[in-house]
Amino acid sequence: MGMTLTEKIFSAHLRDEPFPGTKVLGLDVVLCHEITTPIAINDLVKRGKDRVFDPAKIKAVIDHVTPAKDSQTAEQGKILRNWARRHNIKDFFDIGRNGICHALFPEKGFIRPGYTVIMGDSHTCTHGAFGAFAAGVGTTDLEVGILKGVCAFRDPATIRINIIGKVPDGVYAKDIILKIIKTLTVKGATDSVMEFHGDVVRNMTMESRMTLCNMAIEAGGTTGICMPDEVTVDYLWEYVSSDFRDRDEAFQQYRTWWSDENCTYSTVRNVDVTALEPQVTYGYKPDEVKNISEIAGLPVDQIYIGSCTNGRLEDLRIAAAYLKGKTISPAVRGIVSPATPRVFQDANREGIIQIFMDSGFCVTNPTCGACLGMSTGVLAPDEVCASTTNRNFPGRMGKGGMVHLMSPAVAAVTALEGKIADPRNYKRKEI
Amino acid sequence: MKQFGGKVLFLDRADINTDEIIPAKYLTEISKEALKPHMLEALKLEGFDQRARSVGEAGVIITRDNFGCGSSREHAVWVFEVNNIHVVIASGFARIFRQNMFNCGMLAIELSAKEIDMLFAHNGHNAKVSVDFEKDTLTVSSDRGAETIAYQITDFDKELVKAGGWVEFADTKY
Repeated sequence: MGMTLTEKIFSAHLRDEPFPGTKVLGLDVVLCHEITTPIAINDLVKRGKDRVFDPAKIKAVIDHVTPAKDSQTAEQGKILRNWARRHNIKDFFDIGRNGICHALFPEKGFIRPGYTVIMGDSHTCTHGAFGAFAAGVGTTDLEVGILKGVCAFRDPATIRINIIGKVPDGVYAKDIILKIIKTLTVKGATDSVMEFHGDVVRNMTMESRMTLCNMAIEAGGTTGICMPDEVTVDYLWEYVSSDFRDRDEAFQQYRTWWSDENCTYSTVRNVDVTALEPQVTYGYKPDEVKNISEIAGLPVDQIYIGSCTNGRLEDLRIAAAYLKGKTISPAVRGIVSPATPRVFQDANREGIIQIFMDSGFCVTNPTCGACLGMSTGVLAPDEVCASTTNRNFPGRMGKGGMVHLMSPAVAAVTALEGKIADPRNYKRKEI
Repeated sequence: MKQFGGKVLFLDRADINTDEIIPAKYLTEISKEALKPHMLEALKLEGFDQRARSVGEAGVIITRDNFGCGSSREHAVWVFEVNNIHVVIASGFARIFRQNMFNCGMLAIELSAKEIDMLFAHNGHNAKVSVDFEKDTLTVSSDRGAETIAYQITDFDKELVKAGGWVEFADTKY
C-alpha cells in the first residue's frame, strides 16, 4: 500500500499514538510571532516551565505590527524579544531584519522537504510549498510545541488536485487558488491536506507555489502541499549545498517524500486553467469568487499589494509591469508592502520601488499590518479595498470595511482605473 | 474540569469566522480577561446585538457548519471562556478552532445538520443545555419540552477535557 507525502512525514515523525487516530509528531521547526506567542510565553512562565525544547529549532519574528504602533504592541514585541534572548534563540528577527513570517522563514532556508512545522498562525500552510507538513495551530499547541517539541494531529485525509492546461495571460497562482476555493467551498478541505499536482504546478516558481499553498486554509485545509522538485532544490540550494554532492542528489533525496503512485486520496480533482479568467472575491467569504468579467467596474477606495499571499518579489514585479510609466487613479490610494527586507532590497535594485512610488503608491516596510486590520492601511467603515491578501471576512481590514481578494495584476490595474479592472486589457512593460 | 451547560445563544449562520468572534485589533491584549467585552463584536448576523442580555447570560452556543473558520487565534476560544461559554455545538468546526477548544479543556460538539435543526427548534423558547460528560449526551430543554442527544468526541479530546487542557496532558506524558 502506497503512502501520501503527509503519511510519510507522519510515519517518520511519530512520537506517540495515545489513542487510535491521534498522532503526536515530533517537530522540526516551531515558528513564532509576536501576536500569538507572548501569551504562550507568559503562561509557561506562570507555570514555572519557562523552557524551550531546542532553541535552534525555534524561529521567531516580530511581523504583525512593526514598528510598534502603541504601548500594547510594543509590549508584545518586548515579551518576544526578551524571551528569545534569555533562551538563546538565534533566529529571532527584530525590526530592520523582520518580514512577514511566511515569506521570511522560507527565504532563510528554514523550511525543508519532509519537515514538520507549526506556528500560531493559520497561514502556516504556506510552507507546504516545500513538501513539508506545515500546519497553523492555536496558542496552546504552540506552547506545547515550544516546551516539548511535539504536536498532536488527527490523521488527515488527502485531496489531490491536478492543475492542468495552459495558464492564460493575466492569470496567476492567486487566480488558480481562488478558483479552487470557489469549487471546494470554505469547508471543502476541512481535516484534509490539499496536494497540488500537474504541469501547471511543476512549472510554477516557489513564490507561486507558496501563493497556492497559502490559501489552502481558506478551503479549511490543514495544509497545502507541493511535491519537492528541482525548483525546490534551486530555491534552497544556498542553504543545502553542503548537505549534498550536487543538485541532483538533493532532488533524489527530496523525491523520496513524494506521494506514492498507489497511495490513497479521499478525492481527486482536475482543474483545467486553460479558459480561466482572473478571479476576484465579491462577498465576505473567500469562496465567494467571480470571474473578472462579472465584477469589473466596481469602485474601490484602497489598493493593497502585499501579505504572505502576494508580497514576494515575483508579485511586486508583476504589479510593477502594469504600473510602469502610469499613475494611479486620484479616486484611490495605493499601498505596497514588500514582504521581507530582501524582497524590499531586490525590488529597490530592480527599480520596482521607483515604479511604485512614481505611480503614486505608498511603500511601507515589511509587515502583516493591513491584511488583518491592525496597522498600516486600516479601512474606515464602508470603505472597499482591492487587496492581494487572503481574507475578505467582515471587518477583516477594518470595522465596517470590505475587501475584494485578487492577484497583484488585478490589483495594479485596479489602482490605475480606480475600479476593479481586467489586466488582460493592459500590456505589461519590461522592468 | 470545567462546568458545561447553561442558557443557549443560537447563532443561525454557517461559516462564522474567528475575525467575527474576536477582531484582530484586540489581539494586542496579553490577558484573556481583557477580551471579555468584545465577544462576537464583528459578527455579521441580522438582528444580532452583541450587547443583548441573552448574549451575556449564555453558557452554550448552538450554531451551524464550519464554525470558527479562518485565523488560528485562540483568542476566539478564550473570549468564550472568559464569558463562561464552555460548550459550542455545531454541525461542523474548522480544525484549528475545534482543537483550540479541547486544548483549553472546553467542548466542541459536532452533531448532524438534522440534529442541529432539532436544537434550533428551541430557539426563542428559553432554551438551556446540560451536558452529561461521562455518558456523552446533552439535553436541551425549553418551553417546548426536552430532548436528549448522544454525541461523539474522540478519546483524545475527552482526555484533554478531563486533564484540563493539552499543556497539562503533554507535560505529564512527554
